[in-house]
Amino acid sequence: MTPDSAMPPESTAPEGEKRIEVAGPWTLFWWKFRKHRVALISLWVIAALYLVAIFAEFLAPFDPTEPNRRAIFAPPQRLHLILPTDDGNWRFKLHVYGYDTELDQETLTRTFVENRDKVVEIDLFARTSPYLLAGFIPVRHRLMAPANPRDSFFLLGTDRLGRDMFSRLIHGTRVSMSIGLVGVTLSLILGIIIGGISGYRGGTTDTLIQRLIELLQSIPTIPLWMGLAAAIPLTWNPLTVYFLITVILSLVGWTSLAREVRGKFMSLKNEDFITAARLDGISEINIILGQMVPSFTSHIIASVTLAIPLMIISETALSFLGIGLRSPVVSWGVLLQEAQNIRSIVQAPWLFWPGAAVIVAVLALNFLGDGLRDAADPYAR
Amino acid sequence: MGAYILRRILFMIPSLIIISMISFMIIQLPPGDYLTSQIAKLASSGESIDSAQVAALRSRYGLDEPMIVQYWKWISNIVFAGDFGLSFEWNRPVSTMIWERMGLTFAVSFITLLFVWAVSLPIGIYSAVRQYSMGDYLFTFIGFIGLAVPNFLLALVLMYFSFAFLGQSVGGLFSPEYIEAPWSWAKVHDFIGHLWIPVIVIGTSSMAALIRVMRANLLDELNKPYVVTARAKGLPEWQLLLGYPVRVALNPFVSTVGWILPSLVSGAVIVSVVLSLPTTGPMLLQSLLSQDMYLAGSIILLLSVLTVVGTLISDILLAWLDPRVRYQ
Amino acid sequence: MSETPLIELEGLRTHFFTDEGVVKALDGVTFSVPRGRTLCVVGESGCGKSVTGRSILQIVDRPGRIVEGRILYHPTPHETIDITALRPMSRQMRTIRGGEIGMIFQEPMTSLGPIQTIGKQISETIRIHKGVSKAEARNQTIEWLARVGIPRPETRLGAYPFELSGGMRQRVMIALGLCCRPKLLIADEPTTALDVTTQAVILDLIRELQEEMDMAVMFITHDLGVVAQIADDVVVMYLGRVAERAGVETIFDAPRHPYTRALMRSIPRLGGSREPLEAIRGMVPHPFRRPSGCSFHPRCPEVIAGRCESLDPDLREFGDGSQVRCLLYGSQTEAQQ
Repeated sequence: MTPDSAMPPESTAPEGEKRIEVAGPWTLFWWKFRKHRVALISLWVIAALYLVAIFAEFLAPFDPTEPNRRAIFAPPQRLHLILPTDDGNWRFKLHVYGYDTELDQETLTRTFVENRDKVVEIDLFARTSPYLLAGFIPVRHRLMAPANPRDSFFLLGTDRLGRDMFSRLIHGTRVSMSIGLVGVTLSLILGIIIGGISGYRGGTTDTLIQRLIELLQSIPTIPLWMGLAAAIPLTWNPLTVYFLITVILSLVGWTSLAREVRGKFMSLKNEDFITAARLDGISEINIILGQMVPSFTSHIIASVTLAIPLMIISETALSFLGIGLRSPVVSWGVLLQEAQNIRSIVQAPWLFWPGAAVIVAVLALNFLGDGLRDAADPYAR
Repeated sequence: MGAYILRRILFMIPSLIIISMISFMIIQLPPGDYLTSQIAKLASSGESIDSAQVAALRSRYGLDEPMIVQYWKWISNIVFAGDFGLSFEWNRPVSTMIWERMGLTFAVSFITLLFVWAVSLPIGIYSAVRQYSMGDYLFTFIGFIGLAVPNFLLALVLMYFSFAFLGQSVGGLFSPEYIEAPWSWAKVHDFIGHLWIPVIVIGTSSMAALIRVMRANLLDELNKPYVVTARAKGLPEWQLLLGYPVRVALNPFVSTVGWILPSLVSGAVIVSVVLSLPTTGPMLLQSLLSQDMYLAGSIILLLSVLTVVGTLISDILLAWLDPRVRYQ
Repeated sequence: MSETPLIELEGLRTHFFTDEGVVKALDGVTFSVPRGRTLCVVGESGCGKSVTGRSILQIVDRPGRIVEGRILYHPTPHETIDITALRPMSRQMRTIRGGEIGMIFQEPMTSLGPIQTIGKQISETIRIHKGVSKAEARNQTIEWLARVGIPRPETRLGAYPFELSGGMRQRVMIALGLCCRPKLLIADEPTTALDVTTQAVILDLIRELQEEMDMAVMFITHDLGVVAQIADDVVVMYLGRVAERAGVETIFDAPRHPYTRALMRSIPRLGGSREPLEAIRGMVPHPFRRPSGCSFHPRCPEVIAGRCESLDPDLREFGDGSQVRCLLYGSQTEAQQ
């Protein structure tokens, strides 16, 4: 009997252990995160949404603000791939079928009936009118465009002015997803500064800041936001309004991040390695930036991920009420405002699509945040 | 306990002062003073204004005086005379317009709070005790949906379904015949019949959050040594659960009212707009859109103050439940 | 040893089914608890001594489960109840818990319900097991608090655990464990979290109550000093099995198992030689990597090369009633591959 066969498990196990021993904290973080299936899928969903946001002009077939009088409340058209040709054969070509419209004289509503004879062919990577991608890169191509520039197609239908919902949804993704990010960045800056001071100083400063946070959290946010947002003059340009809305949202958003940062500071302050650094004569600012911040970065990333969906929902709510972002800016909330009227949504249920986008984004961000939070805690199971 | 309550009430006073300042700031935010813009508006519609009356209004609101004096005049009128100023759009004192709506807002919010608690408590306990069971997964899933669907969207979808498939329009808090009627048992009954839709719509997201809180808290507590002790004493399982870990897990649960109540009031505001409930929501939105700032500011002030008071009451409730809080 | 013992454990296996694999916390534990005496169960952390105590009451936490073996409880010398055959939540099991077998725990800080008064926690137990009125339960609670040495018990009845010191809390725990006059008290490291003075007081108290009530005590500890003070018999455990069982004198003066001997060499003695204390070499193996053969062999100073790695020794009984599981003393079976 050899010693090897006497202890079979020992021969393989130390390998894995060594791998763990040399792995850095971020590698460990990633390994742990990877185990979280739903969070991993959510990560891809979020990445896809931000890609859509960046390449909105390229992905959207039409100008999101272009009205079309002949296609008011036009229903979604299905995308077909196999096109029958005149000689009884078929070929691969993306296309949709056009409508015949009838105007009901009594109710003055249009009804749309699909007409198989009206084929709208769609080119991929088609050359169209030039535009600036993300505002500064001149491009002439779009992912999809009608082969005949005078045709149009509506994958998600149109709204009450005949604007293409699909293009509007894509452009709305840019505004809504970015407002979450910008708003959270502002909140984070405020949160780290105020929470850091509160946690590091302690004492009276801490008490005062904590009281302020409690106070802000005890005020119902929607009425407060409404009051602030309504004061933005209608005449200001959309970019200013966009920025002011994010500032208003972060006015309350920073409080929970500040609490998180403070809690971390409080618990880290008495850790041995911080005491050791202090006894080594390292300056306070270097302790904070060099020792403390790195040790809770992963927690902060998780909290930020969980804060973004709140921002998105808040923006949507304000814009929905008509006092957040306003047309011609397109955000999910602005789009949902179109669905406020019961008659509109009964006639055009596809106006709910932006709502689905909100739900997907919020769910994915929540799952992602949960996964990150679990991975950030190296000692939890 | 008495000392604790007194201390909490004293702590509340600076909060109230800051809330009033924020509300006053919101009133002041729109450019120009409201009286001037109001006069311009009246003038443009061809009405003439008595200049003596204008002067009286200017001095009453202290418009020519420094900001702090204006604030003092505004807040002292409210505190000492219950005078919230004038709604320029309706040309009526604000105080005559808001109380009924404020009452309904809080009735709806409070009933929603009770509903949320009554539902999420047992579900949270069930999910923790039967962790990873089918029921737990189901409630977790529902919880995530509740978290991700904004309440106004839920209201819209509900309206859509009931209109498209049941041919009914939901909305309002009363049947038409009761809207103007004085309060009576029949009206209360009608009110309760209309109430369940807003309660579910407003409560869902808080409910989802509370189930998560209760589940996580109880799971933490279930692993504590005192549960083993209680089990080793021979307590029946349900008596053990309710008597020990659930009671401890209840404390963070009750303390969530600090943010549940504000979020319910917030939710009530926006959902009432969608469901056209006769609460403060639609009135606040309308007043903000028409820049009727005394009305808007008063609503924001009252909503915030009542929320803070509600939170205080819940804190006192918590202290009564958990002896450790009192001794801190 | 001819008298029927109070509890007999036979080949008890309690395993924990974790995501990473099965942890065999108890892997065939066999020993008995005699009536009216104090049995100390000693061993390093992770040897399964606490799990043994909890298995007897069937309060092993999930994902742990008794998978094999029997726990025979003899309330009287002629009666036998197989505890492992009872459902953990059954009424009969609950009657045994707290009523027939009391238990006190290591952490007096966390082992009492934090927001219930101590009076309620004790009187509740009395009411469950004795079915007495509220007033009577209250009186008995006061008596017990007085008995364990808590001053002014009538007023302390309404106190919450956080208002008491560690020693006082442990007294409350003892009152809780004893208030139904159990036949066996399982004390799971009750003095570990206490300072040395309080420790001695608590040990005296347990000893005193044991004599008064003629009850058996199963005292779980890793502190050999405590063993010397309180034990009649000692069970030494290693990796979920009994390594040696003997009377307290034998354990201290003539230990047989190399592990017990190593333990004895690691305690400081008054007036002993000035040589450095010996530590047991190596570490307790990871639960997933239980060594083959005799599980102690990688750390054993008296290992017999070529035998201990592959042969799993049986528990062998000696004339004085002691039992040892070691190849140095003959009896053996081939390790099963």
